[in-house]
Amino acid sequence: MIENAPALIVILPLIAAPVNLIIGLWRKDLCYLFTVATLSACVLLSVDVLVTVISNGVITYKLGGWAPPWGIAYFIDHLNAFMLIIVSFISLVVSVYSKKSIEKELPDKVVHFYTVFLLLVSGLLGILITGDVFNLYVFLEIASIAGYALIAIGDDRAPLASFNYVIMGTIGACFYLLGVGYLYISTGSLNMADLSELLPGMYNSRVVIGAFAFLMVGVAIKMAFFPLHKWLPDAYTHAPSTVSAFVASTMTKVGAYVMIRIMFTVFKPYFSIELIPASAILGWLAVAAMLFGCIRAIAQSDVKRMLSYIIIAEVGYIVMGLSVGNRMGFTGAVLHILNDAVMMSCLFLSAGSIEYKTGTRSVHNFAQLYKKMPLTMAAFTIGGLSIVGIPPTCGFFSKWYLVLGALESQQWVFAATLLISSLLTAVIFFKVLVNVYFGSQSSADFESSSGHGTVVMDEAPLSMLLPTGIMAIGVLTLGFFSGKIISNVIQFTVPGGF
Amino acid sequence: MEIMDFIISKYNYLIYIILMMIGFYAMIAKNNLVKKVVGMNIFQTAIILFFVSTASKKGGATIPIIQYGHGEATDIINTAQYINPLPHVLMLTAIVVMVSTFGVAIALLIIIYRKYNTLEEDEILNILKMEDGK
Amino acid sequence: MIKDSEGVIIKTVCRLITPIIQLYALYVIAHGHYSPGGGFQGGCILAASFILMVLAYDIKEVKKRMSEKLNTVLCSLGVIIFAGIGLLCLILGANYLDYGILHKILPVDPAHARSLGILGVEIGVGFTVMAVMVSIFLNIASGGKHEEEGETS
Repeated sequence: MIENAPALIVILPLIAAPVNLIIGLWRKDLCYLFTVATLSACVLLSVDVLVTVISNGVITYKLGGWAPPWGIAYFIDHLNAFMLIIVSFISLVVSVYSKKSIEKELPDKVVHFYTVFLLLVSGLLGILITGDVFNLYVFLEIASIAGYALIAIGDDRAPLASFNYVIMGTIGACFYLLGVGYLYISTGSLNMADLSELLPGMYNSRVVIGAFAFLMVGVAIKMAFFPLHKWLPDAYTHAPSTVSAFVASTMTKVGAYVMIRIMFTVFKPYFSIELIPASAILGWLAVAAMLFGCIRAIAQSDVKRMLSYIIIAEVGYIVMGLSVGNRMGFTGAVLHILNDAVMMSCLFLSAGSIEYKTGTRSVHNFAQLYKKMPLTMAAFTIGGLSIVGIPPTCGFFSKWYLVLGALESQQWVFAATLLISSLLTAVIFFKVLVNVYFGSQSSADFESSSGHGTVVMDEAPLSMLLPTGIMAIGVLTLGFFSGKIISNVIQFTVPGGF
Repeated sequence: MEIMDFIISKYNYLIYIILMMIGFYAMIAKNNLVKKVVGMNIFQTAIILFFVSTASKKGGATIPIIQYGHGEATDIINTAQYINPLPHVLMLTAIVVMVSTFGVAIALLIIIYRKYNTLEEDEILNILKMEDGK
Repeated sequence: MIKDSEGVIIKTVCRLITPIIQLYALYVIAHGHYSPGGGFQGGCILAASFILMVLAYDIKEVKKRMSEKLNTVLCSLGVIIFAGIGLLCLILGANYLDYGILHKILPVDPAHARSLGILGVEIGVGFTVMAVMVSIFLNIASGGKHEEEGETS
């Protein structure tokens, strides 16, 4: 294992961003290759870290040589390593996809796009790897500000959507900072492992309960959990297609990771589930999120907006898995983080390819699109089947564990809602896929590159097709390997109280 | 009288909560987008005030700088005499974050103004509704 | 709209005071690791000196001295200095940002090397903060149209 891998994973994109800016002043074409090279190195380092954690146990890395609690310590266990691989791999795939898409949508901002993209990746990787609550705030803000800038360079309505996101995201981050402040003044430490030892004596004090409330609300805003989700559909719809694909699959999942850390590592499961009814509140809000997301998604005609509402429902699934408080539910939630990241990236990448080739995003114009772009529509179909939860795609396995977890803790309403929302997603994708495969030709309205009456196959370019294909294959194979993933990685992430 | 004791002893917390609520109200209820951004600034400044106010100590603690000029430290430092420097350092980072977010928000406002020619939220929503209706 | 201001007094005083402000900013940066001051504070004061020149003269005059390309290079250079010093510590064998290991290449003892390491990163931070502040101001004052005449829309 490379000795300094934990630091290098975060530092490589962080130092690559300004170097990319200088390279871009000299020659613009090198930016893409430099970004892909940096992110490949990050993926290799994440694989190295995961292998080390599986074989040796927890890794500790002291930044600056200072021991905690005076210094910042990176404390990598199975959950961290698992999520590092997800985010770095998806960032590599999306950056390979981005070449043609960015050249078409943002031709004069290529250099700055790659710089801010590398900063966003660095911020997300930093959130996942750190073991210090204030360091998490710093990386959270790096990722958020880069996200605001990337979303704002989209189409017509993008600046207004990004402004909405700025206001709400700042409120969320400030509430998180308030929670950290209250924790600091009651314990005097900022290290997560240290806090988890100092806090159990103070679980009855109002300051600590107030800190928990502020932290939860702040993280809920960042991950678009039900009542605080308003910024998500506008922001993800009007962003450029590459940016949508990346943030849709990673940012909300990273928010869910922060919630897991706060609920189960900093505060023990005894506090979050038994002492205060946090899990009950979260569970009922998750039910509302699932129903609301699926029902709103049925009514949309813009494919990206429809997928954004499905994200709100997926976040509901994950939080419901966390709130039932038993082993099955937690396993389902963590497995669903992985599956949702892969499914959403597959769907958004194919929606971006469709927009690149046909110029339209409205599902009414998708008639007979399978003749023009068969491979992309195959990837879209696989992603849709996975969201519904049809075996052997990966979505089935995580929903299986979630339903088992809900039944085990006798929450019949949660399990019933899970099944009802699966049916609703089936309605959504049925509507789209029937139009694609069996729709009538006269309602089609896309630009076709051939002038004849018949439609010629005109797939997206290879640099866009390959990432979509990899993600679709991933959706299928992750289903087969679910058992191995759970037995090797996920079962060690379940916190001790379950 | 207990309420007066309570208010006087914890006055820094009450001040920061009042400031925070003023900023929060401005972010939510004002129509002009610039006023929302100013409210966001007040909100973040209130949180910085909270952190910094928790660093002070009773008994006349002074700033954490040792008064012997350049050279080696020769006496033992009594930490109760100096205020806690950690929240100040944390808030340096928070101030930088506040300035960056402010910069991004103002840049977005310039683009919005160029597109819609107004910065009032209800007028912008009306323009969007008319665009959707066409 | 920032037009050329008329008074000779304003222009002359600003021209005289700007080097003093910059010297003060360098003083604040250099004392950051030892007494009040630091990279962010010094960088803001450096940026304030440029903004003072914009207020006294026209934007185009200041752009002759601080073009957008120079701004970009300075901004990147600052971040590269900061992360680069950390990477240097990594290459020399210690953890990231463990400045104590710098005593192998600098002729001082480890405790002193930590102090000099912090001074190095503060200088990097000062560059970046100055470049970003000046760039924010120039962008907003010219309404986003860097290349043309500085008119608001």
